Amino acid sequence: MRLSRKHLTLLVLALLIALAPALFPSNFYYRIGALIFVNGLAVTGLVVLIGFAGQISLGHAGFAGIGAYACALAPGYLGLHPGLAMLLGAVLSGGVAWLIGRPILRLKGYYLAVATLGFGILVSMVLANEAKITGGPDGREVAELGLRGALATIGIGLSNAQFWYAATGLAMLLGAWVALNLHDSPTGRALRALHDSEVAARTVGVDVARLKLSAFVISAVYASLSGSLLALMNRFITPDVAGFLHSVELVTMTVFGGVGSVPGAILGAATLTLLPQALTVLQQYENLILGLIMMLVMIFMRDGLLPSLMRRLKGRG
Amino acid sequence: MKLNVFGSALALTLGLAGPAFADIKIGASVSETGPASSLGDPEAKTLKLLVDEINAAGGVLGQKLKLFLYDDGGDPNKARTFATRLVEDDGVIAIVGGSTTGTTMSIISVVENAKIPFISLAGAIEIIDPVKPFVFKTPHTDRMACRKIFEDMKAKGFSKIALISGSDGFGASMRKQCLQVIGEFGITVLAEETYGPNDADMTPQLTNIRSKGEVQAILNPGFGQGPAIVTRNYGQLGIKTPLYQSHGVASKSFIDLAGPASEGVRLPGTAVLVASLLPANDPQKAVVAAYTTAYQAKFNQPASTFGGYAHDGLRLLVDAIKRAGKADPKAIRDAIEGTKGFVGVTGTFNMAATDHLGLDLSAFRMLEIKRGDWALVQ
Repeated sequence: MRLSRKHLTLLVLALLIALAPALFPSNFYYRIGALIFVNGLAVTGLVVLIGFAGQISLGHAGFAGIGAYACALAPGYLGLHPGLAMLLGAVLSGGVAWLIGRPILRLKGYYLAVATLGFGILVSMVLANEAKITGGPDGREVAELGLRGALATIGIGLSNAQFWYAATGLAMLLGAWVALNLHDSPTGRALRALHDSEVAARTVGVDVARLKLSAFVISAVYASLSGSLLALMNRFITPDVAGFLHSVELVTMTVFGGVGSVPGAILGAATLTLLPQALTVLQQYENLILGLIMMLVMIFMRDGLLPSLMRRLKGRG
Repeated sequence: MKLNVFGSALALTLGLAGPAFADIKIGASVSETGPASSLGDPEAKTLKLLVDEINAAGGVLGQKLKLFLYDDGGDPNKARTFATRLVEDDGVIAIVGGSTTGTTMSIISVVENAKIPFISLAGAIEIIDPVKPFVFKTPHTDRMACRKIFEDMKAKGFSKIALISGSDGFGASMRKQCLQVIGEFGITVLAEETYGPNDADMTPQLTNIRSKGEVQAILNPGFGQGPAIVTRNYGQLGIKTPLYQSHGVASKSFIDLAGPASEGVRLPGTAVLVASLLPANDPQKAVVAAYTTAYQAKFNQPASTFGGYAHDGLRLLVDAIKRAGKADPKAIRDAIEGTKGFVGVTGTFNMAATDHLGLDLSAFRMLEIKRGDWALVQ
C-alpha cells in the first residue's frame, strides 16, 4: 500500500514531534517545541486563508486575543472550566469572524489588509482599555487547565513543559490533519480555484462569497485555539497577544515557510521561533541577521522555504 | 593498578565538575529593546557593570559571577521563554529582571515551579502581594508613592485635590492605589479627569479642574509623555494650584519635555536622581555616589532610577549569596528573606517573610523641580 501525500506529511510530522525529545538536552527545549506548535497551529489556519483562498489578513492576532482572554476570563466570571473556555473562545472567534467577514471580505488586496489590520488593533485596544474586566496592559493570570494533574493520577506523570509539548503537539497535528483534509475536499478545490482566479471560479459556479467567509472563519478558529493554548500554557496573558506585531509575525511565518503548504508554514513557524533563540549569542546583531535571512529566503525562494527546497530536491532526482 | 587509574580519573573528573571550580550563574531577562527600553536599557547596563565590578574585586565566595542576560523586548511570552531557558538550560541559581509588570508576572510561575529565587524590577504590588516564596522585588510600589505624595500634601495643609490620570496601565494602577489610601490622610478628591496614552492635549481636562475653585492641589498619576503634556498645558493655562507628578516620570527627560512649566512641580523620587544633593550624613550617600559615578564614567550618561532597581536587585542577591555561604537556590532564598538593613540606592531594605519588598516611605525623597533641575524638599 502506498501512503498518500497527506498521510505521509502527517506521519512525518507525528514522528518529528514524538522523536525530537530524544535529542533534547534540557526541559527548556520542550518549551521551545510547544511554542513552535502553538505558532504552527495559528499558521496552519493562515494557510487555509492565505494559501488556499488567497485572502490576506493582518489582524489574526485579534482572534488569538479573543481565544486567550476567553481562557483568562471565562473561568473567573462564568465559572467555566478552562477547557470549555477554550471552546467558548473558538465559538466566539468564529462568530466574530463570520460577522465582520461578510462586509470585510468584499474588499480586495490592500483594502482587505487594512480592514483586517484595523480589526486586530481594535481587539488589542479593547483588551488594553477595559482594564476593569481584562486587567489592562499589565495582563492577568490564567487558571490552571488541570489536565496534567488528572494525567498524574492515572499514572502518567509529566513535567509542566513535557505536558504542554505533548498537548500543543497533538493540537497542531489535529489542526494539520483537518487542514490537509480540507485541501483535498471539494471545498478545498473550490478555494484553490478562487485563489487562482476569482472571476474564473465564479464563472464555473463557485459561491465565492460563502467560500471566502468559511476560510476566514476557519482560520479565525485556528488563531483563537492557538491563543487559548498560549494563555493556558503561560498561565498569564497580556494584550500583546492580540497586537499588530503578533499578526505580522504569524503572516511572516506562513509566507516564509511556504504559504500554500501546511508543513511548509509549520516549518516557517519552527524556523522563526528557533532563530531568535539561536541568535541570542550574537546579541545586537540578532535582528539584523534575522532580517537578512528573511530577505534572502524571499528573494531566492519565492514560494517559501519548504516548497522551494522540495522542488530543488525533485529537480535533481 | 587498573583500578587505581580508574580511581584517579574519576577523582579528576569529579574535581573538575565540582562546585569549587564552577562559576556562580545568575540569570537576567530585561526589556533592553521595545516599548519598555527606557527601563530595560539602564537595567541591562547596570547588571553588566556590576558583574564586571564584582568579578574584578574577586567575585563572590571565591567564585566568579557569570551573567546570562537576555532581551525580552517587553514581550511577556518571550520573557517566559527566556526564564525557562535560564532555569532549565543555563542552570542559573537566581534571576534578576522582569522590567515590566507583564514580563515579571509571566516569569513568576516559572521560578515558583523551579524554586529559583527571582528579584523583579517592576512596580506593581501584585508581584509581592500575596507573598510568593521565591519572588522578591526592589522598586517601591505605587501605593507608597501615593502615601509619600499625600504626606507632603497633608504637611502643606491641602485637603481638597483634583486627580488627572493617564488611562494606561501605570496611570490606572496608581490611580486605584492612591484612591485606596487617600482616606488615611483626610484628603478628598473634588474633581477627577483622565486622558488616553496618546492624547496630545489635556487643556479641556485641566480647564474643568480649574473651574472647581476650591481645589488646593492637582495630582497626575501617569507615565511617559502624558504627564509632560499635562505640565505644559498647566503652564499655558496659568494655573496656580500646586502640581504633583508621580515617580513614573522621575527622570531628567521629563523636565526637558515639560519645559519651564515644570518649575515648582513636586514628585517622589529615589536618591539616584539627587546623588550630589544628598547631605554627607545620609546613609545612602556612599552607595548612591559610587553607583552614579561608575555608571556615568562607563556609559557617559546619568544613572536612572530604573538602573538603580537593577543595582539593588543584584547587590541584594550577592549579599544573600555571601550570607548563605553557598550557591544554593533554597539557601539564597532564605538569605534574601532575612535581609536586614541593606542599604541600596533605592532605599534601605528590611525583608521579612510577609514583606518581599522591604522598603518603607523613607526610600522616597520628595523632589521639587527648581531652575530645570531636581531639588530636595526638606
